[in-house]
Formats: sequence, C-alpha cells, structure tokens
Amino acid sequence: MNYPAKSRVFLHEIGELTRFVLRFFREAFRPRYEFSELVHQCFVIGYKSLSLVALTAFIMGLVLTMQLRPSMVRYGVEAQIPAMVCIAIIREIGPVITALIFAGKIGSSIGAELGSMRVTEQIDAMEVSGTNPFKYLVVTRTMAATLMLPVLVILADAISLFGSWIGVNIYEVLSFRLFYTQVIDNLAYYDAIPAIIKTFFFGFAVGIVGCFKGYFSTKGTEGVGRSANSAVVMSSVLIFILDLLAVQVAELIWDF
Amino acid sequence: METRKAVIRIEGLCKSFGDNVVLDHFDLTLYEGENLVVLGKSGSGKSVLIKCIIGLLHPDAGRIEVFGENVPDLNYTELDQMRARVGFLFQSNALYDSMTVRENLEFPLRRHWMKTPQKEVDERVHEVLKNVGLAHTTEMMPAELSGGMRKRIALARTLILHPSIILYDEPTTGLDPITGMEIIELIQQVQQEYHTASLVISHDLKLAQIAAERVIMLIDGKCYAQGTFNELRASTDPKVKAFFD
Ligand SMILES: Nc1ncnc2c1ncn2[C@@H]1O[C@H](COP(=O)(O)OP(=O)(O)OP(=O)(O)O)[C@@H](O)[C@H]1O
Ligand SMILES: [Mg+2]
Repeated sequence: MNYPAKSRVFLHEIGELTRFVLRFFREAFRPRYEFSELVHQCFVIGYKSLSLVALTAFIMGLVLTMQLRPSMVRYGVEAQIPAMVCIAIIREIGPVITALIFAGKIGSSIGAELGSMRVTEQIDAMEVSGTNPFKYLVVTRTMAATLMLPVLVILADAISLFGSWIGVNIYEVLSFRLFYTQVIDNLAYYDAIPAIIKTFFFGFAVGIVGCFKGYFSTKGTEGVGRSANSAVVMSSVLIFILDLLAVQVAELIWDF
Repeated sequence: METRKAVIRIEGLCKSFGDNVVLDHFDLTLYEGENLVVLGKSGSGKSVLIKCIIGLLHPDAGRIEVFGENVPDLNYTELDQMRARVGFLFQSNALYDSMTVRENLEFPLRRHWMKTPQKEVDERVHEVLKNVGLAHTTEMMPAELSGGMRKRIALARTLILHPSIILYDEPTTGLDPITGMEIIELIQQVQQEYHTASLVISHDLKLAQIAAERVIMLIDGKCYAQGTFNELRASTDPKVKAFFD
C-alpha cells in the first residue's frame, strides 16, 4: 500500500472512532441503563487484571529502586531514594505501566469478545431480543474500564511502593514506618491528583478502543484475532498520547 | 385465491452493498400459519432478506409489512414490540457463549418482558426445552453441546416468547443429514404446536420437499418463481432446473 492510501485509511479510522465515542456519550446518558451489567463488568474487568497488575507493580517498584541505587549512591543521596522512587511511581510509572498492562489484558479481551460476538451474530441476536447491544455491551464495558483502571492504579502504586521498600532493604535496613514517612513528606497533591485523573482517560481509551475494534470486527475468526491485536496496539499508543497531553494540561492548570 | 391473512408482505424490496446488488425488487407474502420456504443458492441474499424483515438491515427501497406495519418506518420501541412477536433462528445459532443454556433462554424473556415472575420464567424454560427434547441441558454451556443440540437450543430460545412468526435462516446447513432431518421434523412439530407461520430460508432441497407448503425461488435478487415443490421441480425454466439438478 502506498502512503496516500495508508494515511486515508488512518484518517478514516480516526473519524470512525470519533463517531463511536460520540455515540457512546449519546447512549450512555439515556435510559435504559444497564446497571447490573455494569456492576458485573466492573467486577470481571477489575478481578481479571488484579493479579497481573499486582505482580508487575511489585516488580517495577523493586527493580526501579535497585536500578536507581548506584547513581544515587554515587551522588551521595541514597537517603533520597524513597522520595525519588515515590515521585516516579505515583506520577508516571504506576499509571502508565498499569494502563499498558490493562490494555494488554482487558483491551484485547474486550476486542476478542465483542469480535467473536459480532462474527457469530450474537450482537444481532441481542438486538432482536429487545436489547440495545451498544448500551448492553459497549457502554457497560467502557464505563467499567474507566472506573476500574484508577482503582487498579492506586493499588498498583501502593504495591509498587512496597516493592520499593523491599528494594531498599536489600542493601540497608529501613523500617517501613520511616520509608512511609519519607514518601508522604515528599508527596504533594500536585503529584497525586493529576496522575489519578489521567488514569480515568486511560481507562476510557482502553475500553472504547477495545469495544470499537470488536464491535466492527469483520467476518471470520481471523478478524477476531485482528480486532484483539489492533485494540491493544491502538489503545497503547493512545495511552502515551493522552499521557503527553495530561502533562501539558496539568502544568497549565497548576500555573494558574 | 388465498383467504388467509397475510402476516408478512414484502413489495419491491431492494438492497445493495456498494455496487453489489443483492435484492432487486423482491416480493413475498407469508400467510398466517403457513410454512413457506425460500430457496436460493449461497450468496443469493437469503440472509440479507431475512435480516431486512427483522429490521437488522435497512432496505434501500420497498415495503416490508409485518403484521401490517412497515418495518423500515418503525421507531426503536415499535421495532422491539414487533421483534417480540417474531422469532429469528440465526444461521450460526448465535447462542451467547458466556451464558448457560438457561441464561440463554431467559435472556429474551427478561429483556422483552421485564416484569415476568421467576415462576413463569422457569415454567417457560422447562416447556421449550422439553419441546426440543433437551430438558437435561439447562446448566450446560453452549460450547459443551453438539451442533444439532445448539440448533435446538437456539430454536428453543426463539420459541420462548411464543412468537406468531418464526424466521429460520438455513436451519439445516452444517448439520449431518440425520440431524438435519430431526431439525426439519422439529420445525414441523413446532408449527403444529404453536400455530406459527414459518419462513424458512435454505438451499436444502430435502427441507423444501418435506416441510414446504409453498416454495419461492430467490434468483438474481428477485422472486423468480413460486409454487409447490413439485410444481417447481417440474419447471422447464433453465435457472430453476439448474437448482434441482
Ligand atoms: N453487511 C454486509 N456488507 C456488505 N456486503 C454484504 C453484507 N451482508 C451481505 N453482503 C453481501 O450480500 C450477498 C448475499 O449475502 P447473504 O449473506 O444474504 O447470502 P446467503 O444467501 O445468506 O448465503 P449463504 O447461503 O452462504 O448464507 C453476498 O454477496 C454478501 O457479500
Ligand atoms: Mg445466509
């Protein structure tokens, strides 16, 4: 494929996704509300990614601490390790890594699930069974992803900091209490709040892209795999773009 | 000639996808309690036709009257009311594979009639499962069932609302001849028990021969020929003949 054609496909995709997002807002705030399905999806989505998020968060905290240590020691500021790691984790690494894991786990499973429902006509079957499949499938999953990712990120931050404490204790003895005080003393609202707010957007991106890819999955089982795959790729890229925007916006607002 | 009431009347139905003209001024009438089979080869637009009837696809032109109302003009609520009276058996069964058989059967019931008491739901689930001969499968997942069983469960799911019309999209495709035969018998049995009108879309000649009161040939997007199975088989028209050879 040549470049003009490629970029046309790309722009078309962006346009379709925008339409899909607008449709989400149109349908989400109009009855009938699929409340019980939303609760169910929150549980499924949160529960599914919990162990993976916890594991990666722990390792991230531990490894980050161990990697930082030599430089910090060289400058003689190893006492600042908890403060340093804490800022890195809370502001950037916790939200982004968790969101990427979430995209890999949840984005792909939503993409594959809706894709196979589309291909096997289950979405049509819902429609003839008195159900608006957009509300029942897309709105609930996207909302659940939007609500659950921040929860997972807060959890991941906590586990990461615990991992970091273990990392510090490999080389020296530092009580958890002291570690905790150092962390809290160094943390401002300015660090935590924008970082949490942006995760709502990350969660929304993962949910809506997964649904978008699955909902318009083309015929065949091959199409389902492609939906799942491109859902992960697209939402991961989106997470970085949103992260970039979030930094700018947070700075703008804080300067006021 | 026909004194029975028409439940579905289609006039001049056109539908194309881009340059691909699938249905071109197609006409059809389905009468109350009748068993009509539409025959057409693969890719002739049979599924498109049946999806237009249930409102899953929007036709480019033409009228589709179901119970006297033009489907493309219905709003969402009216469409839902119509769909509660028309059963649809999907070509791929379309069982929800994350739900058990019971949940699959309960789904349309709970969605169309939200306030149905649990007792009635249970009774209906039991009744339709018994009618398709699979009373023991309530707690199984669709993946644990064979192709023929899945077809039966899908049929049970359309029966649970006691529809007055059932649209069958290739009910015997993908099944071995014996299982296919069982499904044909089941369709006839259902029609007698529930007094439904059935519109069966197929390319299965055996099905048409056994079950059809009337057969319509869908060729080139049109209602090319119609009559009883034997009349059509005796036809000298080359396109109709080609189908029976
Ligand atoms: N959503 C769609 N978008 C574009 N083209 C479509 C769509 N649905 C069907 N078609 C085209 O319409 C034609 C008829 O398809 P249809 O599924 O109705 O065939 P069919 O008669 O049911 O065949 P089969 O026996 O294989 O099920 C095909 O050429 C198909 O490519
Ligand atoms: Mg078909």
